[in-house]
Amino acid sequence: MIYLTRRAEFSASHYYHNPDLSAEENQRIFGKCNNPHGHGHNYALEVTVEGEVDETTGMVLDLKDLKAVLEKEVLQRMDHKFLNKEVPVFAAKIPTTENIAVEIWNLLAAKLPSGRLHRIRLYETNDLYVDYYGD
Amino acid sequence: MVSLTKRYRFSASHRLHNDALSAEENARVFGKCNSPYGHGHNYMVEVTVRGPVDPATGMVMDLGLLDQAVEQEILDRFDHTYLNLDVPNFQGKVPTTENLCGEIYHLLRARLDAGEGSAQLEKIRLEETSSNFFEYPRQAPGGLEQMKREKR
Repeated sequence: MIYLTRRAEFSASHYYHNPDLSAEENQRIFGKCNNPHGHGHNYALEVTVEGEVDETTGMVLDLKDLKAVLEKEVLQRMDHKFLNKEVPVFAAKIPTTENIAVEIWNLLAAKLPSGRLHRIRLYETNDLYVDYYGD
Repeated sequence: MVSLTKRYRFSASHRLHNDALSAEENARVFGKCNSPYGHGHNYMVEVTVRGPVDPATGMVMDLGLLDQAVEQEILDRFDHTYLNLDVPNFQGKVPTTENLCGEIYHLLRARLDAGEGSAQLEKIRLEETSSNFFEYPRQAPGGLEQMKREKR
C-alpha cells in the first residue's frame, strides 16, 4: 500500500455568516470574517490517495488523470470564485475551511480513476490547515 | 470529524544538563548542547485539535479561543525565556525538545479539556530547527496514516 499526494492551489473569497443568527451574534462569532463583501485566500489543497502499486505501470494511479479530476471537480468550481455566491453548496453552508475540505472530499471520493481517497488537507494560510479523512 | 492545525512560533534558550550526572558524562551525553551558558532556537509548534464541525458555525473550534489558549498557556510561558531558569516546569527536568513537546501537550490539553468546546487536543508537533521535530502523543510509525489504516 502506498500513499500518493498531489498538491493544487486555488484562490477564492468567502465570508462567514449564519442567517439563523442575529447580526450581533454573527459579528461576535465570526468577527472580521463576517464582512459581507468577503475576503480571499490562496488555498493549497493536498489530496492523498491510497492504493496498491500496479505491477505493470509501477503507479498507484495515473497522475495526469488525478490532475484532470482535480481540475474538473475542484478548481473549475472554486478557483477565482466567491464561494458563498458562486458555489451552490455554500449557499446554505458556511464556507469555512472545515466545510470546504469536507465538500472537496465529497466531490472527489467517487471520481478517482483508481486507488482510494485517504485524506484531504486544505491550507487556508501557511499557518492554518484542516485534515479530513471521510469520517 | 475534522482535524484543524494551526502553527505558532516562539524563541527560547536552553541548556541540556542533568545534575545527577558528572561533568564528563554531561559533556558526553549532551555534547555542545551542554555549553554552560545555553543556546537558543526558533521553535515552531503545530497544534492539532479534532472534533465535529459545528453546523451553526461551520467550525471545529473558535480560532480566537485557540489563539488565546496558546498565547496564555504556551507563548506567555516560554517565549523569550531561558527554559532552564525562567520556567518552573523545567526545574529538575532537562528541557529537551522532547520534554518541551510533552509539556506543551499537557498544558494545552488541560486548558482545552476545561473549555466549553467539543474539539479535543489531538497532537503537538514541535520543530526545534527545520531539520528536526517531535510529536506527542507518540503515534504508530507512519503517524495518522498508519493509525487510520489499522482502525479499518
